[in-house]
Amino acid sequence: MLEVENLRAGYGRVEVLRGVSLGLGQGQIVALLGANGVGKTTFNGVLSGLLEPWEGCVTFEGRALPPGDTRAALDAGLVLVPEGRHIFPNLTVRENLWLGGYRRGRAHRPRNLEQVLAFFPRLAERLAQNAGTMSGGEQQMLAIGRGLMAEPRLLILDEPSLGLSPLLVEEMFALIARLNTSGLTVLLVEQNVRLTLEVAHRGFVMENGAITTSGTAEELLADPDLQRSYLGV
Amino acid sequence: MPDMTILWPAILNGVTTGALYALIALGLTLIYGVLHIINFAHGALLMVGLYAVYFLWRFLGLDPYVSLLIVPPLMFALGYGLQRGLITRAGHGRDENILLVTLGLSIILENLALMAFSSDTQTVDTAYGFSTLDVLGAFVPVPKVVAFGGAVATALALWAFMARTDLGRAIRAVAKEKKGAQLVGIDVNHVYAMSFGIGIGVLGIAACLLMPSYYVNPSVGHGFVLIAFTIVVLGGMGSFVGALIGGVIIGVVEALGGLFLGASLGQIGIFAIFILILLFRPQGLLGRLQ
Repeated sequence: MLEVENLRAGYGRVEVLRGVSLGLGQGQIVALLGANGVGKTTFNGVLSGLLEPWEGCVTFEGRALPPGDTRAALDAGLVLVPEGRHIFPNLTVRENLWLGGYRRGRAHRPRNLEQVLAFFPRLAERLAQNAGTMSGGEQQMLAIGRGLMAEPRLLILDEPSLGLSPLLVEEMFALIARLNTSGLTVLLVEQNVRLTLEVAHRGFVMENGAITTSGTAEELLADPDLQRSYLGV
Repeated sequence: MPDMTILWPAILNGVTTGALYALIALGLTLIYGVLHIINFAHGALLMVGLYAVYFLWRFLGLDPYVSLLIVPPLMFALGYGLQRGLITRAGHGRDENILLVTLGLSIILENLALMAFSSDTQTVDTAYGFSTLDVLGAFVPVPKVVAFGGAVATALALWAFMARTDLGRAIRAVAKEKKGAQLVGIDVNHVYAMSFGIGIGVLGIAACLLMPSYYVNPSVGHGFVLIAFTIVVLGGMGSFVGALIGGVIIGVVEALGGLFLGASLGQIGIFAIFILILLFRPQGLLGRLQ
């Protein structure tokens, strides 16, 4: 579904991605794992068109995405829920969700809103509340809900567990697994290796701007190197 | 202490003038709230609008209120084009550049007007220019009553637009969260230009409402822009309701200042308020601390 070939990108003269290649199939949860600062968020920036790559190309469902074009990526159905959520703090929950369907999914906004609220009942209770006044977990749900409003073909979740309490983190991963059972393809970008591999089908490990390991979730969980560096075994 | 027969007309005069000040400040606060730039060309663009109203009256015989159908859309287009074609390009995203661009623009516009139209003060003659309306015992010029109604209606329409339309929501979204807006597919540059255009379009409405009871010359914007800045700060930078309330307060303070201290010293009250607000409530009446 998604093919990334030899992606190089960075900021100014600093190279962050040093030739990333990966592919992911439809209907799966694919994990992109790696420590802080290895380039995961930069990679997401390139996929969603926020950042123009120096080299390499992204092919989504057989078509090359024009580099650095957020609207083209969105039109193709590639929806990013960014790290740090980036919800609209001065708008109500309802307005945030409604704007999720500003471009893609515009025709089905009322239906999609109903579905999102059915999936996140806690948002339904807070429709009139300003998004900036909600708790971190609720804001993360809102960010995902806003992404779902755009009818994603591929949903990229960047660090959805960041800043949440351990209990909420478990809840968030359960929600992601549920999203996937309804047929949605998810690229889950995380530092929380153990929980991520519990819900993911496959995984890639990024180190220093390149993919170093990949395999099924079971293989990765059993990988001795990975166990040593990320799972503390 | 003067009695109510003097005080009441002064207050009414202040409220009606203040509503127009608020309208001018509304554009300024919208542009500041969304683009985070201070538009120093606001006064000069008001002058352009006033001249447009004046020339439409003089050469085509159009009543200033009929010009409401023409001048605001033209001013909107001018604002949209200026933002997309000049301010973004010359600014390179740096605040100090943008500040200088808008300041330079105001100097150019004023001097072009000076060259083309001379420094003479021009007015329009209308049948209703000197008629008055009895408001609870005080006589208020009809143009001022119309201006007050028009200003309130415009503010309400703008508020409804921001609250109820998709573009309004997108403008508010971009104001606080640019990256999030990009990710839902909002064209941020278009939203910037629309906000600037709407701010300048509102200035066009103000020009049409102002002209029957006022005048135009190349430096007419100076007095207004200083007051508009005061209102924006008083109401809270970026707050619509704040700008409305601030406008009326400033109008009344100016009118009462004029009554007690005379016309030339009357404006002292405005700037005293400005300084007091900066000292004790820098976020403004309805603003929030960042």
